Amino acid sequence: MNATAFARALHLPRQPLVRHLLCALAAAAVLYVVVARLSSYNDYQVGEIAAYVVALVGLSLLTGANGQISLGHGAFMAVGAYTMALLMNHTQTSFILELAAAAGVAAAAGLVIGLPATRLKGPYLAGMTLLFALAVPSIADKWPATFGGDQGLTTTVPTAPGSLSAEEWLAQIQIIGALLVMVLVANLLWSRYGRAFRAVRDDEIAASLAGIHVARTKVMAFAISAGCAGLGGALLALSTGVVNTGEFPLTLSIQLLAAMVLGGTGTLIGMVWGGILLVYLPQWSTSVSSDFNLGSGASAYLATIIFGVVLIVAMIAAPNGIQGGLGWMWGHRPYPGTGGRSAPAPVPVSTGD
Amino acid sequence: MSLFFDYTLDGIANGMVYATLALALVLIYRATKIINFAQGAAGMLTTFIAFSLLSRGVGYWWAFVLVLVIGFAIGAACERILIRPLHGRSELNPVIVTIGLLVVFEGLAGAIYGNASRGFPAAFSQSGLRVGGTTIAFSHFDVFILIAVLALMAGTLVLFRYTALGLRMRATAFSREIARLLGVRVGLLLTLGWGLAGIAGSLAGLLAAPTSSFGPYYMDLVLVYGFTAAVIGGLESPVGALVGGLITGLCISYVGGYLGSGLEPLGALALLMVALMARPEGIFARPPARRV
Repeated sequence: MNATAFARALHLPRQPLVRHLLCALAAAAVLYVVVARLSSYNDYQVGEIAAYVVALVGLSLLTGANGQISLGHGAFMAVGAYTMALLMNHTQTSFILELAAAAGVAAAAGLVIGLPATRLKGPYLAGMTLLFALAVPSIADKWPATFGGDQGLTTTVPTAPGSLSAEEWLAQIQIIGALLVMVLVANLLWSRYGRAFRAVRDDEIAASLAGIHVARTKVMAFAISAGCAGLGGALLALSTGVVNTGEFPLTLSIQLLAAMVLGGTGTLIGMVWGGILLVYLPQWSTSVSSDFNLGSGASAYLATIIFGVVLIVAMIAAPNGIQGGLGWMWGHRPYPGTGGRSAPAPVPVSTGD
Repeated sequence: MSLFFDYTLDGIANGMVYATLALALVLIYRATKIINFAQGAAGMLTTFIAFSLLSRGVGYWWAFVLVLVIGFAIGAACERILIRPLHGRSELNPVIVTIGLLVVFEGLAGAIYGNASRGFPAAFSQSGLRVGGTTIAFSHFDVFILIAVLALMAGTLVLFRYTALGLRMRATAFSREIARLLGVRVGLLLTLGWGLAGIAGSLAGLLAAPTSSFGPYYMDLVLVYGFTAAVIGGLESPVGALVGGLITGLCISYVGGYLGSGLEPLGALALLMVALMARPEGIFARPPARRV
């Protein structure tokens, strides 16, 4: 978080909530104009980026602030997307409530998966979430009557108000969702809960001596993170129009991880880079493979290979990601995330406000 | 009752394959405290190499041996080139690198061989053995799986318990610094450990291929089941990997048989969660002392 130095330079208010809200409002105003100017296809892509950002922010909170890892966030996205689609198809709930339910059910799933995580270290949790990512599609395949089988379930976007086109309205919804989640998570990380997350990440024993309930903190981080992924999945399902298991393969979970690492683990703004990568890299690799006549079979896998190579190279050479690199250029100390050779910086621990 | 018997035999045969992959994970975890999530994908890639060799007319056993050697080379190269530079960093970093490798291996296999699942030949007949006039759900190939995996386990045990090399590897796993002071070439042994795990991973790939839909992703489930088996066994002990593999294989076979196929991953997830809540250090490990 380079926000303090940034805020001081711009003379922004010192209260985190006011500052984050001001930044979000400014971003919303700029993006409103941008969306109105772009073509409808570009609006669609901006909306997709925003949906991915929601999920990535959750992952960044989990890994960057709390030091836990998840290879199952694609599956939490699926949980959110299916929840919203089921509510849309069977009930007359309001749209906002459907999105909230998507986040809530995914957070509940995260709570269950996160429970054993309280006693686990990184590799164990990675393995368990990997298994979760493989198990969720099998549930949807097992009961095709409920979950729509291979075709999946359809989603509908609420009708656009006034003169907005459907794509513009969809992009606005997704952008507002992303900004709202970023403000909420930024505030959370700034609060005593955020300090507790970081304290547990840096040293569990020291954190528990300081009066932090380590298990509860880890489960809470996991549930919040899963809830973000669920909301991101629901927002993404609005773009695709359908929810089926093919939309949420294991590779999605791993691509989310790669996007987070490359964007800058632990940062929130960096997740925008991650979202851009998730939307544009597959497109770009398709055009590259058609330029080189690699054939349609290979082109589908080129993006996967690039994501893997990027993940490996970034982890070895630039563990702070794009946002970490930008911060370094601006002269900021990199956020003590998962990367870097140096020991994590000491974090002041609050024992209660 | 006979259905239960069939599921049990099926579970044992599959459990042996999971035990092989669990052994590969254990070999690496003992030496470097890393779970190699690319282990299954590496086995998948070497099995595709075997597939290419077989379709070019190379004999099965030549391909078999050659592929185990290639598995060794891939494992050793991964350690030396990708994992070694990460030493001393956060424990999440090597996890993320092996995940990256998993994606690269699957992407390579998909780009070269395509997404379609193919048939991979088995070394022996896959029709059930006849015992006392009835056919049981255990084939010649399953017998081969049993023998191959038990031989691998025995070899590993002999290596670790009775040879000077195994003693050095155990010393390296115990403490790199102390081993180095005693003149053990720690780096070489770590590479060797990853290579041995590569052999076990390749064997798991070859043994799992004939009974699954052989394509770029067929080892995903074998990897997570092997991981479940390794966690149940405690992640440190080869015997634990074998027992964990059998428990996992049987549980998954019963879940698939009685509750319906397709629920196996969910059953494995439940098993893993129960195992982690009840005995996170595994059934064969002593509870570790916590150092402040």
